[in-house]
Amino acid sequence: MMSKIGELSIRHAGKIYDPEGIHVVALDDVSLEIEAHEFCVVVGPSGCGKTTLLNAIAGFDQLTDGEISMDGVLLASPGKKLLPGPDRMVVFQQGALFPWKSVMWNVTCGPLKQGRMNSVEAVEKAAELLARVGLHGIEDQYPEALSGGQKRRVEIVRALMNDPTVLLLDEPFRALDALTKSVVQEHLLELFDFTPKTVFFITHDLEEAIFLADRVAVMTTRPGRIKKIVEVDIPRPRNYRVLTTDRFLEFKADLGEAIHEEAIQAFEAGERELA
Amino acid sequence: MALVQGTGSDVAPTTASIGARLRRSLRNSRVYQGVLGVGVFFLIWYLLVDVFGVWRFAEMPKLVVGVKEWVSRDPVFGVSLFTAEYYKHIWASIFRVLVAFLAATFSGIAIGILMGWRRIFFGLTFPILEILRPIPILAWIPLAIILLPGRELPIIALTFLAAFFVTILNTLLGVRAIDKVYFRAAESLGFSQWQILWHVIVPGALPYIFVGLQIAMGACWFSLVAAEILSGSAGLGYKVWETYYYVQFPTMVSTMATLGFFGYISSALVRAAGNRLMRWRQELLAGI
Repeated sequence: MMSKIGELSIRHAGKIYDPEGIHVVALDDVSLEIEAHEFCVVVGPSGCGKTTLLNAIAGFDQLTDGEISMDGVLLASPGKKLLPGPDRMVVFQQGALFPWKSVMWNVTCGPLKQGRMNSVEAVEKAAELLARVGLHGIEDQYPEALSGGQKRRVEIVRALMNDPTVLLLDEPFRALDALTKSVVQEHLLELFDFTPKTVFFITHDLEEAIFLADRVAVMTTRPGRIKKIVEVDIPRPRNYRVLTTDRFLEFKADLGEAIHEEAIQAFEAGERELA
Repeated sequence: MALVQGTGSDVAPTTASIGARLRRSLRNSRVYQGVLGVGVFFLIWYLLVDVFGVWRFAEMPKLVVGVKEWVSRDPVFGVSLFTAEYYKHIWASIFRVLVAFLAATFSGIAIGILMGWRRIFFGLTFPILEILRPIPILAWIPLAIILLPGRELPIIALTFLAAFFVTILNTLLGVRAIDKVYFRAAESLGFSQWQILWHVIVPGALPYIFVGLQIAMGACWFSLVAAEILSGSAGLGYKVWETYYYVQFPTMVSTMATLGFFGYISSALVRAAGNRLMRWRQELLAGI
């Protein structure tokens, strides 16, 4: 009945920065089919091209090879990209709440500017979602008055307010301390269970990947390729207790080896570049 | 009132400490330090001139004489707090600064934002602005007199000019300094170009713009005095030069002090306007 369901299809995606000059291969023949309403997490060491892939989906960047499409609509191919829009909301690594606007303005601006809601509806929906992630009474604050964990939750709520087809998260919890991180992760899962969406989540934190994902894709260090894909069949809803179950630790052992190899390679490559 | 919920790390200030904080701020206040600094300045003046009559300070009016002349109901040189002429000069200067500063603010911000927003506009305007900008204000005086009718317009134009360039440059830097991530976020959120301009570029550039406006206000007074000295018939800058010419040094010095006073007030007003428009930054700055 709805055409926009959120099937994301990445086929042979490649990205070369500066092909004439130093020729950095950021992505090489990356193929990944993400089902509608799947929570897909891509793990890999820093600089493996994860963000490049996300930027191509979001419409910030072009590919130099292959193509990405969503529900049959082309998002990116060499020389082409679909401009960014609320169907592919991004939660950025460094945070992108407008510091000069209140929390409520930030959260409601998407649907209001797109003309999809009137302000009463938007405020109502925002209050509901904010409450769901444990945020009350912060609507009139400026983002700078919030803690790191609060900001990240507000930002996720801002993205979900636009009812995106796919939610793109670029290492959103990187700057958080471990305790805050676990709480915000649980809140994200709660929102995901509440309004299922296709989620494309990038991280270099393996535990985070397993905890959140339906499927974890491990990426190699430069050139970025998909090394391994693992289905995480831990039942939902999940909470932090999952982290200590045998099943979780099995996944961690299985994926950990693959990640560690890449981490070492990335480290050595870094050493070579510095030498 | 429920300011922090969930995993907030903020700690509310305890009410018991408010009295202590008040006492501390009274003891350690910027106001006291400022008054003390000004007092020391006048004390040095008093000692150098009035008490010891140090070499080269012989022609300098004694502090006591200057102040007496300034507050006299019947001033020797015709200008004091109680004469209409004093306020005529003050008003002439304030009027020129006000007109020039407002013109520089509106045109400078508009041009600076256009330059930061549209590459083609930047390409067209940046080189010529960079050529015109280093020309000292004094070098513009003859041209301003030739081009513009009357006495008032050239002075206002000269007062405007330096502030105009400063405002453009700072606005441009402000637009450039906005993190790209806000533009990306705005695009994802479906903002139109105008919405990006109004909700991202203008507020994002505001901190730099207000730094620029502070400098611009200083530039206004600086240029004003230069222009008034050379082509004026009223105004504080003109009065400084006239009193020098007629050897009315106490009035000369009190006019200088008046210039300083209004310069200070005008900068403070710009700062206050900035703080009011950028309340979001106070939380940011308070955290430092």
